[in-house]
Amino acid sequence: MNLKPETLLRIDEAITHYPVKRSATLPLLHLIQEDIGHIPDEAIEWVAAKLELQPINVYEVVTFYPMFKRKPIGRRHIKVCRTLSCALMGGYKVCDTFKKEFGVELDEVTPDGGTTIEFVECLASCGTAPVVMIDDDLHENVTPEKARELAAQIKAGTAVRK
Amino acid sequence: MSAPQQRRIIFQHIDEPGYTPDIDCYLRHGGYEILRRAVTRPPGELRDEVKQSGLRGRGGAGFPAGVKWSLVDRKSGKPIYLIVNADESEPGTFKDRYIIHQDPHQLIEGTMISCFANDVKQAYIYIRGEMPHGARLLERAIAEARAKNFVGPNILGTGYSCEIYVHRGAGAYICGEETGLIESLEGKRANPRIKPPYFPAVLGLYQCPTIVNNVETLCHVRHIIDMGGVEYAKIGTPNNTGTRIFGVSGHVQRPGTYEYECGKITLGQLLYDVCGGPLPGRKLKAVIPGGSSAKVLRFGEKFTLKNKDGSTRELAMEDIPLDFDTLAACGTMGGSGGLIVMDDSVNMVEALANINAFYSHESCGQCTPCREGSLWMKKITSRMVHGNARREDAALLKGVADQIPGRTICAMGEGCSWPTQSFLAKFGEEFEAYHETKKNRPADALPLI
Repeated sequence: MNLKPETLLRIDEAITHYPVKRSATLPLLHLIQEDIGHIPDEAIEWVAAKLELQPINVYEVVTFYPMFKRKPIGRRHIKVCRTLSCALMGGYKVCDTFKKEFGVELDEVTPDGGTTIEFVECLASCGTAPVVMIDDDLHENVTPEKARELAAQIKAGTAVRK
Repeated sequence: MSAPQQRRIIFQHIDEPGYTPDIDCYLRHGGYEILRRAVTRPPGELRDEVKQSGLRGRGGAGFPAGVKWSLVDRKSGKPIYLIVNADESEPGTFKDRYIIHQDPHQLIEGTMISCFANDVKQAYIYIRGEMPHGARLLERAIAEARAKNFVGPNILGTGYSCEIYVHRGAGAYICGEETGLIESLEGKRANPRIKPPYFPAVLGLYQCPTIVNNVETLCHVRHIIDMGGVEYAKIGTPNNTGTRIFGVSGHVQRPGTYEYECGKITLGQLLYDVCGGPLPGRKLKAVIPGGSSAKVLRFGEKFTLKNKDGSTRELAMEDIPLDFDTLAACGTMGGSGGLIVMDDSVNMVEALANINAFYSHESCGQCTPCREGSLWMKKITSRMVHGNARREDAALLKGVADQIPGRTICAMGEGCSWPTQSFLAKFGEEFEAYHETKKNRPADALPLI
């Protein structure tokens, strides 16, 4: 596991935020996942050593929180909100549109390693449903047409990362 | 009767053209003046103002914030922590997102006043993982506030020091429950703690006294200290003071966030006059008034409520004033202020199946009734929707739902069973008949599950 020097600096900084090192578990896992894309066994052991914990203490955290991925996902991550307000406004159709556009099932990676689609629970933007997050960016009032446009942008590599 | 005017206190600058989330803009609009005044007053006096204001928590339970603060163990000799609950994750709730993204300094000022009032030296903002931009905005805002000496050591030369850090969650709903949140902040699975003995005010973060308040609640504190608790208590209605932000989503013409004096607007006014009523050609059928765990209300429903003198009065569902107490008297709750509206195109079995899938996914798994119950409610409703509905399903669902509340460590047990219980009570005929209805549902009906 090769973490960027900048990640290592941010990890050391994050640990200083807490009087008890264990509290830095989530921040460290976020930083590692942002750097290398997922949380392999190696990362679990590394975090445990860093925070003076047993690997099981970190493992049980990684498996509890849906945002941590144990396996690599696509470089682009599409999260469609599945929960009620979005579903009432067509969230399931939006999700289907993305699946068709990329020819993959949920949580798979497109053959080129590019994209993963996930159907997630509430993204807390119910008033502009249905919503989709692409990487860190929220897209609101997403119709199937808009989903097709976003898919085309991702495929063309032009979808803007803010 | 048309709807009253909005009273925008918390949302004063939200969506205002030219209003930006940086500190310069905030200072131009009088920002941090209230903190400046607050730190010259005795902390106990500030706590009294909040108590007098009658402010009730805006996160869901509506517990009086002043009382919550008064329960804090100030004699333990241990540090007191304050946690901002920005883990907005009850489906239908999306108000805090706007505060965080558009007016982060309002939250930081409210938090710092609350910290000073409670002698807190360290605060954490626990923000849900799905708001990465919000987390970055808050971090930037804290850095700006620190540079101006509103946060950090020796605040405004008073000798009082307090730090705030942002802590990101990672997608688990249960972290909104305050003891689950504390476990999560300690770096563990977010399994809620058993109360007693783990009341946060006594044994919270690192077993120290801890205050956990919602984002909107802490913003209200800023305005309470500005106008005084007694003056603030004149806004809204008795025991339901201040304003509330209502987030309306689902089948209305104008979904969005609206801020009104608590109890001064009715459900009908909000949904018809403010939100424009149903979409063309549709009729409103049901509304969940306070986040998806609140019990559903059916349009056309009537309630018999008790007056103070013991007499009773009848109240139509549309005429319910949106406050904590009346909604509770009508068998539901104001909760987080998130209203989810469903029109006559919605089949209630399908809507419930969607909700059940959420709660089953989000149970922390600690208590058997919630873990197994939420799972079986999901399995049954999902099976019904996917073509295997049986005549006895309604009774089966009721049997499962009734065995959960009161038998779990945290309120998620109630939260996951209330939808099933209320959908069955109010729309039971749709569940009884679903094995027939399903055959006639149009193939292009919008899937909810």
